[in-house]
Amino acid sequence: MAKKWLEISVGGFLVAGVVALLALALQVSGTHMGGTSEQYQLSALFDNTAGLSAKARVTLVGVTIGEVEGVSIDSQTLMARVDMTIDSSVDYLTLDSSASILTAGLLGEKYVGLSVGADEDMLVHGDMIEDTQSALVLEELVGQVLLNLGND
Amino acid sequence: MVFNWLQSLGEQTLQGLSRLGAALLMLLQSLMVLPGPRGWQRLTQQLYVVGVQSFIIILVSAGFIGMVLGLQGYTLLVDYGSEQAVGQMVALTLVRELAPVVAGLLFAGRAGSALTAELGLMKATEQLASLEMFGVDPLHRIVAPRFIAGLISLPILVIIFNLVGVYGGHLVAVEWLGVHSGAYWGNMQAAVSFSDDILNGLIKALVFAILVTWTALYQGYTCAPTSQGISEATTRTVVYSSLMILGFDFILTALMFGGL
Repeated sequence: MAKKWLEISVGGFLVAGVVALLALALQVSGTHMGGTSEQYQLSALFDNTAGLSAKARVTLVGVTIGEVEGVSIDSQTLMARVDMTIDSSVDYLTLDSSASILTAGLLGEKYVGLSVGADEDMLVHGDMIEDTQSALVLEELVGQVLLNLGND
Repeated sequence: MVFNWLQSLGEQTLQGLSRLGAALLMLLQSLMVLPGPRGWQRLTQQLYVVGVQSFIIILVSAGFIGMVLGLQGYTLLVDYGSEQAVGQMVALTLVRELAPVVAGLLFAGRAGSALTAELGLMKATEQLASLEMFGVDPLHRIVAPRFIAGLISLPILVIIFNLVGVYGGHLVAVEWLGVHSGAYWGNMQAAVSFSDDILNGLIKALVFAILVTWTALYQGYTCAPTSQGISEATTRTVVYSSLMILGFDFILTALMFGGL
């Protein structure tokens, strides 16, 4: 019996290691299981993304519904192109939805906030969100305030 | 005078090199032979001694370290109004640094010292010599299963350390101090990358496992067969492996995260 208990505990130890690694991958690093078939892609052009990076959250009324796939510069318009993947369960984003880049807290990470409009038609895979609002860049904001103060 | 000094320097260097060579040979020799039919059984037994018996100390220290990180992170970040970032801070600190290093140090104290003392006593009571008399290679029979058990155990202990630590931080930051639970996990998941952070931490754990187990086995195998010799070898195991863990941690961190 003592021998058996030893082997059981070693087996349990190994299983605990594998389970903990899985839990780390899913819960801590946010790796998603399963294919990409349950998601669709949208993109948007922004004047300034202020350092938005890949894997940032995409939210609707504060609930995470997807993530940023990548940020690149659109060479024709010289604007920042943000590609996003959205869970396919969220199929109620209207054509006139708007996207803005927001900051969680004062020093928190950047994320994309979507809000839904009133249009009848919905955004589908590959569409582009037209109505965008860029990130607030602190220096520009301070500059504007100083300018307004000077005009008074 | 100068010649004497040069001579002693050269002598010590040669001695050190030959010890390193002997340690390397010991390791290679013990691992070159394929495990016999009872090899798995011996490995299981050593996994129990080295891994399972270190489980509780890892669990308890991981919990407390995670809680301290949550508390410290919160009091630091709340001044800047960004206490949601505490999850990210706890997870990155644990996964990249604290889990491999602290688990490695505890492992050296808990398992490394026991291995040295065990082998030292086997040597002092001439068990190793009698094995050889029977025609059994003590390197293959005694050293190899212990080395492999150490190599398997420490990475698993580090994985568990990470997970328990993150939940310890969650307990303090979210349950007691009121950080939003979604923000805690969300920030963490956005910041921690599986391949860059978690796997690099595990590579560190594997390197530390090699260092600690190898040092412990070599010190035990070559110690003076007296009670004082065993005690000195055990002390050396803990001191050497702790220093090596800290030194190699800097080198590995510089290579992995320092952009070198």
